[in-house]
Amino acid sequence: MLAMEYRGPKRVRAVQKPMPEIKHPQDAIVKVLRTCICGSDLHLYNGNVPDTRVGSTFGHEFIGEVVEIGSEVTKVKVGDRVIVPFNIACGECHFCRQGMFGNCHESNTEATAVGAIFGYSHTAGGFNGGQAEYARVPYANVGPTIIPAGMDLDDAVLLTDVVPTGYQAAEMAGIQPGDTVLVFGAGPIGIMAARCAWLFGAGRVMIVDQEDYRLEFARNYSYCEAYNFKEIGDPVLFFKKATDWLGADVVIDAVGAEAAGNTMQTITGRKLLLQAGSATALHWAINSVKKGGVVSVVGVYGPTDNLVPIGNVLNKGLTIRANQASVKRLLPRLIEHIQNGVLNPKALITHRIPLEEVADGYRMFSAKLDNCIKTVMIPPTANHQ
Amino acid sequence: MESNKINTPIDPKQIKGWGIDADPKNDPTYPMRQPRMNITQDPDYKHRPESLQPVDTEVLRSVERPNVSAVFGTPEPPKGLSGLIRRAAFHFSENEYAHWLPLLLADRVDVVEGVLDDLVHGKLPNIYAEKGYPVEWKHNRTSLILKLTTVAAVATGALVLLSSNGKKSKKRKGYRSAYYDDQA
Repeated sequence: MLAMEYRGPKRVRAVQKPMPEIKHPQDAIVKVLRTCICGSDLHLYNGNVPDTRVGSTFGHEFIGEVVEIGSEVTKVKVGDRVIVPFNIACGECHFCRQGMFGNCHESNTEATAVGAIFGYSHTAGGFNGGQAEYARVPYANVGPTIIPAGMDLDDAVLLTDVVPTGYQAAEMAGIQPGDTVLVFGAGPIGIMAARCAWLFGAGRVMIVDQEDYRLEFARNYSYCEAYNFKEIGDPVLFFKKATDWLGADVVIDAVGAEAAGNTMQTITGRKLLLQAGSATALHWAINSVKKGGVVSVVGVYGPTDNLVPIGNVLNKGLTIRANQASVKRLLPRLIEHIQNGVLNPKALITHRIPLEEVADGYRMFSAKLDNCIKTVMIPPTANHQ
Repeated sequence: MESNKINTPIDPKQIKGWGIDADPKNDPTYPMRQPRMNITQDPDYKHRPESLQPVDTEVLRSVERPNVSAVFGTPEPPKGLSGLIRRAAFHFSENEYAHWLPLLLADRVDVVEGVLDDLVHGKLPNIYAEKGYPVEWKHNRTSLILKLTTVAAVATGALVLLSSNGKKSKKRKGYRSAYYDDQA
């Protein structure tokens, strides 16, 4: 089968690989219909996630058609079209039973600090991802959710990560009606977080990035104010002034380790890898939130350390909430929002390419070429579906 | 401050779906409605899935857990020098730099091993294509030319420096030889 293959920092290619096999009675094999490149795939692409092995296949955003099931699989059958949540969850462990499907304890042997994620290094379980024609999906009784009849496949594929992560960012922020919400990062997750903030009753939503085309997109899609941090001087000071000198009630970090905007953070975090990525967005979030406010973190950082003003967290009495999205828990509500026309995820898709052009897709997304917001890849076996 | 001019205030109530999840009775409202459980509240906290994936490949296990998880990924088991480094890293907990930094080193060694592996299998990696430069050439030609020129200039500079050092040391060696010859 054709699959994306990692060869080293900023080097990927499409190659023929062996078909995935059933390894556990609850496994399913799915034929991938749509797969996306996620902003957090760029951490892998740039070689910043420890234990990213050459030969791995990335891709944690994919949907597919079930083509084979293990002997204990009862919830899906061959021929079903399914949304595959990006996190792999057993549904039975101490954490899954609390709804923490992003923190399953029975799917990742290689690290305890993170649950398993498809195609996201051996640190996240060592599973191959869905940027391929076929993928092995463990715990098929738990994660895969049947795509409702009539749902556009492009909407469905964004339910694997972008929509739930953006929604959970707003949810974790504990937004109260009338709150001022500030979102750092106008990538797909930040744009979705800004859009979802309104669902919780936000009174004002602002988004920050350095790419004008993304800000323009966010302004139209998320109905929010959009600011380029290159044009506003010190962003913390700017947003203090913009909020009557108090700060935003809640701030969402939707950037993570690839943040720009602070030379020291960029050099130590992204170039020298002395930190687990550049923590510029988190730094700004802590400093621009109101005293007693909430910082919600969905931007992904590595497993070591980051330089952030933790003293200000104490002195301002802040609450920090963070997690990988619990996709399985959120899907019923989000499907409802899409079916009712409240959310329109497929509008985020700006590029559609064949899987064979995966190297170009990564470069385009990474270098933000051609006003790229979200790229969907279509494997050759899924053409015309 | 240019962007201020186009950021006009809006009435949130006009946005479709405004406030529909604000009611705390609506699900989901994580994490407020679902408090975490401790082990006395969850006496079954050690529960595991009944079936376990057979361990038929080398799986590196975090020392912070007592067992191999019920399922695990099987691709790319550790091999070669990078594999040796990875195995050593897994002697340390996730709390230690001695765990993570060797893994990053192993990743870099793995890249070299990957190139060698390609060559051994008679495949010359097309690094230009793998880096996605064709699409950058199409959309951002100036930047790509600048990038490649910079790399070429640095590489040429390094070569010139190395070769001139080589010549100098030969020259020095030559002087020394002449001196020792005179002494003799």
